[in-house]
Amino acid sequence: MRYSGFRVIKEALTGHKGWAPAWRDPEPASHYDIVIIGGGGHGLATAHYLAKEFGQARVAVIEKGWIGGGNVGRNTTIIRSNYLLDGNEPFYEFSLKLWEGLEQDVNYNAMVSQRGILNLIHSDGQRDAFIRRGNAMILNGADADMLSTAQIKKRYPFLNTDDARFPIKGGLAQHRGGTVRHDAVAWGYARSADSRGVDIIQNCEVTGFRIEDGKCKGVETTRGFIGAGKVGCAVAGNSSRLMSLANMRLPIESHVLQAFVSEGLKPVLPGVITFGAGHFYCSQSDKGGLVFGGDIDGYNSYAQRGNLPVVEDVCEGAMAIFPMLGRARLLRMWGGVMDMSMDGSPIIDRTHIEGLYFNGGWCYGGFKAPPASGFAFAHLLARGEPHPTASSYRFGRFEKGLMIDEKGMGNQPNLH
Amino acid sequence: MIINHPLLGPRDSSEFTYMGDARLIDRPNPDGADAAAAFHDYAYLRNNPAGWHRELWFHEAGDRSWLVVTRNTLTHEISTVELARDVARAQGRSK
Repeated sequence: MRYSGFRVIKEALTGHKGWAPAWRDPEPASHYDIVIIGGGGHGLATAHYLAKEFGQARVAVIEKGWIGGGNVGRNTTIIRSNYLLDGNEPFYEFSLKLWEGLEQDVNYNAMVSQRGILNLIHSDGQRDAFIRRGNAMILNGADADMLSTAQIKKRYPFLNTDDARFPIKGGLAQHRGGTVRHDAVAWGYARSADSRGVDIIQNCEVTGFRIEDGKCKGVETTRGFIGAGKVGCAVAGNSSRLMSLANMRLPIESHVLQAFVSEGLKPVLPGVITFGAGHFYCSQSDKGGLVFGGDIDGYNSYAQRGNLPVVEDVCEGAMAIFPMLGRARLLRMWGGVMDMSMDGSPIIDRTHIEGLYFNGGWCYGGFKAPPASGFAFAHLLARGEPHPTASSYRFGRFEKGLMIDEKGMGNQPNLH
Repeated sequence: MIINHPLLGPRDSSEFTYMGDARLIDRPNPDGADAAAAFHDYAYLRNNPAGWHRELWFHEAGDRSWLVVTRNTLTHEISTVELARDVARAQGRSK
C-alpha cells in the first residue's frame, strides 16, 4: 500500500477500514542469503538498502525485542554533518543527503525537519576551531555558515550575548541540519524493507553463532537455527555482548547516555542549539517539549538509566544558556546504552571470521547515521568491499595508528 | 553511586574518575616477542560484560588512590572495593 495525502483523505471518508499492517510478522525461514542482527535504525536501514539498491531479496532482520525499541527510540533526534576529519565528514554528509530524500525513498513520513543546528562560540580559540571545521565541511560539500552575534540574536533573541558567565560571541550554523521523528525512521525503513521481501523477525534473540572452519554458517536463536550466507551485526550498545558469542573482544565500552524532555511549551526554540562552554544541546519537538541532553555518565553500564551527577551537569549547562528552562517542568528522562569506541568513531567492517560482518561503535552520535550506515553496510555485505565514504571505519585502524579522533582524546572511551 | 573506599569509607562516585576495565593493571611485557600485538590488545580491546565488571576508579577529588571496584553494569550495584595497589601486589607486581 502506498501512503499519500490522498490515501489519508480516502480512508478518513471510508471509516479507516483500508489500512493494512505496515509489515508482516513472518516465521523465520531455515536459510537466508543475508541475516542482519538488530532491528534498530542501522539494521533496518541496511535491510532497506540491500533490497532496494543492491538487489538482495533473501534477507532477514532478527530482533530480540520489538523493532525500534533500542537507541533509535532513545535519543535526541538530531541530524547534522558538522564533522572535521576526512574519515568522518564525507560519510555524515552522505547521510544528510540521504535524510533529505528519505521520505520519498521509503514512502513514509519521518518528519525530517531541516530547522538548522547552531554551535555557539564563547571564546576566540573556539571561533578559530569552528572556522576550521566550517571550512572542512564546505570542502566536503556540506553547508556551513559562521554567524555573528547580531545574526544569532535575530533568530534567538533570548540568548545572552552580553553579560552571561560565558557570553556568546558567534556561532557555526549548519542550516541543513535539524531533527527527525526518531521512531518513524525505524518504522519507515522496516515497512520499506518488508515490502521488498525482507523478513523482519521480532522476539528472536541470537544465542550464538554457528562457526565452522572459520566461516560463519548462521545464527542460533531462541526460535531455532537460522542459516545464512552472510551475517551482519548492527546492535550498537550491545555489540560487545553479541560479538563475545563469536569470541571477539572489541575496542568498545558500553556507556549510558541520558536525555530529557520538558513539558510541552509554546514555540520558543526554532532550531537546534549546542552550548560551547559545556556539554549541552537542545531542540524543541513538534509537540512543544524541549528535548535536551549532555554528557555520558562516564562508566560502563547496560542499565538504560543514569545517575544524578550528570543530571546536575546537564541542568547547569541548560541554566547557563537558557535560564528560562529552569521554569519548565521535566516531563521525562531516559538513558540509552552507547557503544563508546576507542577513538569516538564507528566501525563498519568484516571480521576475521568469514561471512561475519560488524557495524557498531556509534558512540552517542548514532542517530544521524542510519541512512549512510545502512547504505555502507549494505554495500559491504552485497559487494564485499567498503563503501567509499566508510572506508576509514575499519577494525585495523587502531593497530595502524589511523584513529579517527574528532576530539583528540586518545583511547579513553568516556572522554569522547 | 556510593563507593565504599577501603580507607575513607563511603564516598560519592562523582569524586572519582573512571578508567575502565581493571585488566589495565596487567601491562604487557614491552620486551616480549609479541609486544606490539600485546600492546594493541592492551590499549584498545576491552572486556565489556553486562553484569559483574572489575574496573579502575581514581579518587581524584579525594586521597588520589586507585581502586579496583567490582560493580554490576546492569544494576550499578557495587560488591567489593579494593586498593588497586593491593590487587597489583597480590598478582605479583612490586608496586
